[in-house]
Amino acid sequence: MTTLEQSLYSVDKKGYYGKFGGAYIPEMLYPNVEELQINYLDIIYQPEFQAEYHALLKDYVGRPTPLFYANRLSEKYQTNVYLKREDLCHTGAHKVNNTIGQILLAKKLGKQKIVAETGAGQHGVATATVCALMGLDCIVYMGEIDIKRQAPNVARMKMLGAEVRPATSGSKTLKDATNEAMRHWINNPVDTHYIIGSVVGPHPYPDMVARFQAIISEEIRWQLLEKTGNENPDYVIACVGGGSNAAGAFYHYLDEPSVQLIAAEAGGHGVNSGMSAATTFLGKTGVLHGSKSILMQTEDGQVIEPHSISAGLDYPGIGPMHAHLWDSGRAKFFAITDEESLTAGFELSKLEGIIPAIESAHALAVLPYLKASANETVVINLSGRGDKDLDTYMKYL
Amino acid sequence: MNRITKLFQEKPNNVLNIYFTAGFPNLNDTTTVLEALQESGADIAEIGMPYSDPVADGETIQQSNQVALDNGMSLKVLFQQLQGIRAKVSIPIILMGYINPVVQFGIENFCKKCQEVGVDGLILPDLPMDEYYEEYKPIFEQYGLLNIFLITPQTTEARIRRIDEISDGFIYMVSSASVTGGTSGITDTMETYFNRVNAMNLRNPRLIGFGIKDNVTFTKASQYAAGAIIGSQFIRVLQDSTETTLHNNIVEYVKSVKG
Ligand SMILES: Cc1ncc(COP(=O)(O)O)c(C=O)c1O
Repeated sequence: MTTLEQSLYSVDKKGYYGKFGGAYIPEMLYPNVEELQINYLDIIYQPEFQAEYHALLKDYVGRPTPLFYANRLSEKYQTNVYLKREDLCHTGAHKVNNTIGQILLAKKLGKQKIVAETGAGQHGVATATVCALMGLDCIVYMGEIDIKRQAPNVARMKMLGAEVRPATSGSKTLKDATNEAMRHWINNPVDTHYIIGSVVGPHPYPDMVARFQAIISEEIRWQLLEKTGNENPDYVIACVGGGSNAAGAFYHYLDEPSVQLIAAEAGGHGVNSGMSAATTFLGKTGVLHGSKSILMQTEDGQVIEPHSISAGLDYPGIGPMHAHLWDSGRAKFFAITDEESLTAGFELSKLEGIIPAIESAHALAVLPYLKASANETVVINLSGRGDKDLDTYMKYL
Repeated sequence: MNRITKLFQEKPNNVLNIYFTAGFPNLNDTTTVLEALQESGADIAEIGMPYSDPVADGETIQQSNQVALDNGMSLKVLFQQLQGIRAKVSIPIILMGYINPVVQFGIENFCKKCQEVGVDGLILPDLPMDEYYEEYKPIFEQYGLLNIFLITPQTTEARIRRIDEISDGFIYMVSSASVTGGTSGITDTMETYFNRVNAMNLRNPRLIGFGIKDNVTFTKASQYAAGAIIGSQFIRVLQDSTETTLHNNIVEYVKSVKG
């Protein structure tokens, strides 16, 4: 695992990316979070840890995932489009890169139980999977609304032996599932590790999850070099819910200014419709789930319930690293509507024979706006597969 | 002198701090509750500033937060309600809440308003200690506000000492690792923890909170600290009251706790 220690865009000693980040947590969580802050780097860079992590990524997750030249898509948009096939990871999304890393960490910390939150259910499934693999107890909190719209993943978690607990407060989606998982951790501080599913939460979670997901851009670099003779594309595009797949896809390009980093947020019914999850368009600086970042909130500082067709992007914040990339202008943000994402999802299915997760379809939907030229290279991070979304897609067939 | 500091000088034992959510059960109940608390002999009133995502709170307080927000409660409204409260209520008043609404209101503006209406202290559970020390402490002090920190059974001795050094008023001793609303009472493991903290000879008095609900638990907690804090159980009392019974229910409940 190569890393960025000196980058302008990596976390500082106090857990900040520029003015975003930190650890805004009640005292009840302090000992656990401090334990992680002190130990996470030492643990994950131990040679045995690295060996075990990479062996599991290879033999269990199926890495490296392919970098696929999408011929017909490239033809349509008159450029060169490569798809990073995270959808081919075991369990169907990039989320497992992080859960493999964190379950190994939890074992090193001597924890016997795992709690997690989930939106689309992909992180819940990825967590339930590694818990089964390692023989640890698993509780997953999921918003009541998400339980309904992502039924196949609920069934998978149960089959994998996890207990799925509905979050019934607030908007009954990802934000509230995260609140419940944090409360669970407060109530069970000694034996339980909280596996956060994105680059959100108090320091060191955003940095730790980014490091586990960085394998994505580590592979893109050598794969692209092999295929084109140049390890740097002109654009890397990824969707952003909390931002973990984007963090992984951007990581090794953060300090390559020639590579344009593009984040696709969920525009919902449109940025000005009142039914959106486009955080950088609608939010301002605020604190949620333990870090300072960009947050959708009322004038009074109450968190706004977002909307997106995609459960995995239906979150009122973004990770602090992305807030910094946005604030510094290093990454460009697009708000993709529900409709545009569906169109892109159907387009990829018909042109390339790949049904993407609706989350990932948001990244694909940037292509028409990009106007990349015929000699440019575009890498799109296909964060997950669409099996879980068939019910939603079928409504529009 | 700050009313909290004065209180502990005059009354080192059996201090009863009652938490309630502003604007609950009805928007304009805030001052009614405050007056009833004073009348019934509560020593400190802790007013919760409602928030959409109160992660350290259990269901009872969460729901009261949601009801209060639905009623239209906000910091702006709260400060309006508290305007002139010092003509009627003289017990110390603490505002408790999460940092985001306070930051959006503007820290300096918030502290100024607190001083104007007569607030004595703040409990902001998700404000990091270092941030408080480096950025907030001078502003809080300028406006005469004490910042109260929480400690738990897992808080290290070094951290407790640091908290004792940089804060004044009292230390909020959370009885067990949990969100608010637990019902475990006072267990043997808690007693060990209380005794351990007592043996540290801290500058600041402690109040025990989480799981205190009646005369038995209040009396027991008061043996190990300067007093105790009641939250969720009081919210339940408010919840079960109507406009006409609210005042009497509060007075009756607080009297029953004090015994
Ligand atoms: C396939 C897929 N992509 C993207 C996301 C969004 O998460 P993140 O922004 O952390 O990558 C999710 C979340 O559930 C997902 O399942």
